[in-house]
Amino acid sequence: MLEAVNLSCARGERRLFSGLNFSLAAGSFLQAFGPNGSGKTSLLRIICGLTAPAAGEVRWEGTKIRRLGEEYFAQIAYVAHQNGIKDELDPVENLRISCGVAGNVLSKREAQVVLERVGLSKQKHLPARLLSAGQRRRLALSRLLASPARLWILDEPLASLDDDGATLARNLISEHLSNEGMAIIATHQEMSLSAGQMQRIEL
Amino acid sequence: MLRWIVWRDLILAWRRRTDVLATLFFFVIVVSLYPLGIGPEVQLLRRIAPGVVWVAALLASMLSLGRLFGNDYQDGSLEQILLTPQPAYLLVVGKVFAHWLVSEIPLVVIAPVVGLQFGLSENTLAIIVVSLLLGTPVLSLIGSIGAALTLGLRSANVLVAILVLPLYVPVLIFGAGAIEASIGGLSAKPYLLLQAATLVLAMVFAPWATSAALRISVE
Repeated sequence: MLEAVNLSCARGERRLFSGLNFSLAAGSFLQAFGPNGSGKTSLLRIICGLTAPAAGEVRWEGTKIRRLGEEYFAQIAYVAHQNGIKDELDPVENLRISCGVAGNVLSKREAQVVLERVGLSKQKHLPARLLSAGQRRRLALSRLLASPARLWILDEPLASLDDDGATLARNLISEHLSNEGMAIIATHQEMSLSAGQMQRIEL
Repeated sequence: MLRWIVWRDLILAWRRRTDVLATLFFFVIVVSLYPLGIGPEVQLLRRIAPGVVWVAALLASMLSLGRLFGNDYQDGSLEQILLTPQPAYLLVVGKVFAHWLVSEIPLVVIAPVVGLQFGLSENTLAIIVVSLLLGTPVLSLIGSIGAALTLGLRSANVLVAILVLPLYVPVLIFGAGAIEASIGGLSAKPYLLLQAATLVLAMVFAPWATSAALRISVE
């Protein structure tokens, strides 16, 4: 369903990767391995449609994502290296507002259920700036649960998470894959997921 | 969806109220320094009032532009917003509207009060309010283009000024012209209509330019 055709990416003068081809179908995930600076984040951002590749194209169900625009954005959820959460808002507000802006209205009750799932129910009324790095990462991941997106694009999802958090993240992703979802994960460690067809790319 | 983005920015501004109040204080201080510095000669004060009020509004507006996208850019929420299935145009309209409510409306409200220091008539004070009401949205709209283009750059503040001040000049001329006309006993209507026309143009073109600039800055 997702195809990358002949992708190449350059950062300034440096060519990070070129001639990258892969395709991803429902229930499968792609792990992009590589050392720091190898272009993992750049690849993810190209897949998101935030950056244009130096060459090649990304297709969703046969159509270029450039052409699809917002229709494609409705199908993806991106958890970047940065969490994208507001310090001044508490987890419930963060979640409801980011969903609301995306056009997906979440009631207080629904948001609380999601936060319970990611282990943030005790902290749900604290402003996000008072949360630890791991808790903020969980909040960022909670957005995935509340999103109808089929393709999850995750940049180092396990960063800052403790063992429980890492297990939680793995379970969430595995469940998503079992439900016909797809994922592209940039990571420097093995994900070891319990479901889903895996593909690897070394950058 | 527009409701959500406006609501979001309003709550965030409320929780960081000191930033917002700073812009208001700046405006009040700049406008008030002139009568103090120049002396109580009413005729002179009336002559400079239109320019002073408008230049102060302009500078205060410019100071507040960093807040429009800067915070969201730094914590990664901006790209999340740009990845929603909503037209970027609407997102920009929502953010700029919230920014205007929070940064410019206080100026519009306080302006007649500080305008009293210039010995202006009630009629003129009313024209000041209308002129600012019509002109400040244009400042926010045009300013948003500059803010989007300079996101994440090092000397962003200086660059925004260079980009945006020349485009602010028509707003200044029409706005100050309206107030001046009123002081001179003439009708301010032609200037106000010109301001309204600038507003319509800005509402149509600026969000489009700003969303294009945002996509470039986020790349």
